[in-house]
Amino acid sequence: MNLDFSQNHFELMGLPVSFRLDRAALDSAYRELQGRLHPDRFAQTGDQERRLAVQGSAWINEAYSTLKDDTRRARYLLMLQGVEFDDERDTASDPEFLMEQMELREALEEAADTPDPLARIEMLSADIDARSSALTRAFETAFTSGRLDEAKALVIKMRFYDKLRDEALRTAERLEDDLV
Amino acid sequence: MALLQISEPGMSTDPHEHRLAVGIDLGTTNSLVATVRNGVAETLPDSEGRHILPSVVHYTREGVDVGHEAKRRAALDPLNTIASVKRLMGRGVNDLKTLDGHVPYEFVEGEGGVPRIRTVAGDVTPVEVSAEILRALRARAEDSLGGELTGAVVTVPAYFDDAQRQATKDAATLAGLNVFRLLNEPTAAAIAYGLDKGQEGVIAVYDLGGGTFDISILRLSRGVFQVLSTGGDSALGGDDFDRAIAEWIMQEAGMGGESDHGRMRQLMMDACAAKEALTDSDEAELRIRMSGEKVWNGCMTCEQMNCLIDPLINKTLAACRRALRDAGVKADEVMEVIMVGGSTRVPRVRDRVAEFFGREPHVDIDPDRVVAVGAALQADVLAGNKPDDEMLLLDVIPLSLGIETMGGLVEHIIPRNTTIPVARAQEFTTFKDGQTAMSLHVVQGERDVVDHNRSLARFTLREIPPMVAGAARIQVTFQVDADGLLNVTAVEQTSGARAGVEVKPSYGLTDVEIETMLRDSMSHAREDMEARRLREQQVEADRVIEALDSALEADGDTLLDPAEREVIDQARGQLVAARQDGDHEAIRQAIRTVEKASEGFVARRMDSSIRKAMAGHRVEEFQ
Repeated sequence: MNLDFSQNHFELMGLPVSFRLDRAALDSAYRELQGRLHPDRFAQTGDQERRLAVQGSAWINEAYSTLKDDTRRARYLLMLQGVEFDDERDTASDPEFLMEQMELREALEEAADTPDPLARIEMLSADIDARSSALTRAFETAFTSGRLDEAKALVIKMRFYDKLRDEALRTAERLEDDLV
Repeated sequence: MALLQISEPGMSTDPHEHRLAVGIDLGTTNSLVATVRNGVAETLPDSEGRHILPSVVHYTREGVDVGHEAKRRAALDPLNTIASVKRLMGRGVNDLKTLDGHVPYEFVEGEGGVPRIRTVAGDVTPVEVSAEILRALRARAEDSLGGELTGAVVTVPAYFDDAQRQATKDAATLAGLNVFRLLNEPTAAAIAYGLDKGQEGVIAVYDLGGGTFDISILRLSRGVFQVLSTGGDSALGGDDFDRAIAEWIMQEAGMGGESDHGRMRQLMMDACAAKEALTDSDEAELRIRMSGEKVWNGCMTCEQMNCLIDPLINKTLAACRRALRDAGVKADEVMEVIMVGGSTRVPRVRDRVAEFFGREPHVDIDPDRVVAVGAALQADVLAGNKPDDEMLLLDVIPLSLGIETMGGLVEHIIPRNTTIPVARAQEFTTFKDGQTAMSLHVVQGERDVVDHNRSLARFTLREIPPMVAGAARIQVTFQVDADGLLNVTAVEQTSGARAGVEVKPSYGLTDVEIETMLRDSMSHAREDMEARRLREQQVEADRVIEALDSALEADGDTLLDPAEREVIDQARGQLVAARQDGDHEAIRQAIRTVEKASEGFVARRMDSSIRKAMAGHRVEEFQ
């Protein structure tokens, strides 16, 4: 059986539909919903309720993880506005941006050969974070002004930075594993 | 079953009835059982006052010994004495090759790649060996509590993968336990500690046991234990310290690669004794029996031991670093570090951990008992003995879950450290024109290449309508429940062709096998199966009727129209009648019918409860 949760993630959490997030309110709404609907609250009931509780709880987790992440929240907001994403076709076409991405990627790859690779990666990560926050601010402006095409292009760029961040983490992990 | 009791979650049907529930720490080296009595969580001793049960099982032609007695036999009869079986849980024959030389048993390959250990009492699976340990703990608990257990919370290392978790659950089922929940060991420790101290903030639990290492980063806030990340190594522990020391001794004493199992076992014990002696002295005397009557006398210093174990400690610290990063927490934001597991008694471990986190770790709690105590506290809540308790655990999966795609690569569907329960779907497509079937390979692990991850299951989706390559839309859904166990389904969107698998066949036992074994073990105990089943179904029926009545009383008038109410009432009547007749199968079916009839009602109650929960928020926020 499927639960028909007609509310969107913001409504589920009792939050206004906006990019600006009251993180404390989100956390507390999340905890309260899980407090009521987590499968552990139904340990003494039958399989049917537990299955429903698993679905309900998974749904709340999905909403929470979508909203607390800047890129996912941005994308979700656009989808609520009817903007469609196609992961295979949507890509950044701004040559300057792509060039910068390539450079950052290369810098990460070369970090392993620098004298203090972990410090180098930390520095690059800070750089990635700074650039990504600038994009996030640009998204907020575009979105609140209703420039959805521009907002979508920004979300796609934000995802590039998320991937770079993942790449930085993985590189650091590989380096640490080699040290052990 | 009971209909959602939303107003008072977890409330027992009879508020005065205390349900017997236990927490079980099923350890690599030792196991414990604990319960909450008169509001206090305590581990339960055996008839001789010993709390710890060595996780050792000794098989003879006459029967099975578990615990202290079995441990004494280890050196004398190594091939029939199974120790550290936890290391073998959920492992396939191929995995065991990596343990080669680490365990002295003889393995034979059983059906479906399940390894079996050869003993004089026949071939046994790791699940069966673990079940013996659990059975002994269950008997101890039922003896000292004077009644049958409602259920148990069994702990597993946070870093256990799906196959290892499933194997543990199978063992508990085989031991006749109703598993409320599998609980991660560090989380259990955090509960025991957090509830005790009323601590709030970010804590790290460093859990180094005999055979496993776990690190978990949690945030505690108003009774909610939210695991932010977890990491570790399910094959690294104090046993490895012993092994490193034993190898050093062999080298120093000039012992060759003697493959005498008994002597190896003795040497491991000598190594362990040296490690323990070095806890509070700088030197340990060694007196090692060699082949023949020869004895080697030697000495090991603290410094020498530290050199041997430092590489192993480094591995644990690398995992700590990763867990902090995954949690998005800096080492100095961690307010408390809790040490769990017997191996954290090693001073070198404590020093290195203190250095890493920049603060002295907590060692004032008994590292051996804290996990069992935390599990007991959780079991008490899940049994419904504490209806007002606000405690809630939000745990994560330790390893990413994914699916094999073209070229032996892995597409991760649920990344590690995702809060559970979770459901995620992803679409895949066919790569050949007219392709009518697709085989799906579910894997767990962080690597991009399939071969480096653990294979959990393979299944095939058939009856895909023939289309051009890339036109079919196959949605694969991964669902992980609160125990961290995975269920996968695949549906072709245009035709609705469906295939699914509960991920466990690789190394666990099939349900049929478990049922057969259960039946066997019950007939052993001369239990009347029929009567037992009938009793169980009657209890279940009572529970269903009571819950249905209270749900109908609360919401029946608002959420049901008269026709719907009529259907439910009719099903209820049939159930009441079946309960009187005394045929367990008939009762079971009548329960099904009630469940079916009330499906819509249950869903509506769930929906309306969410709305109520949200309504509460709005009031708080906008007034």
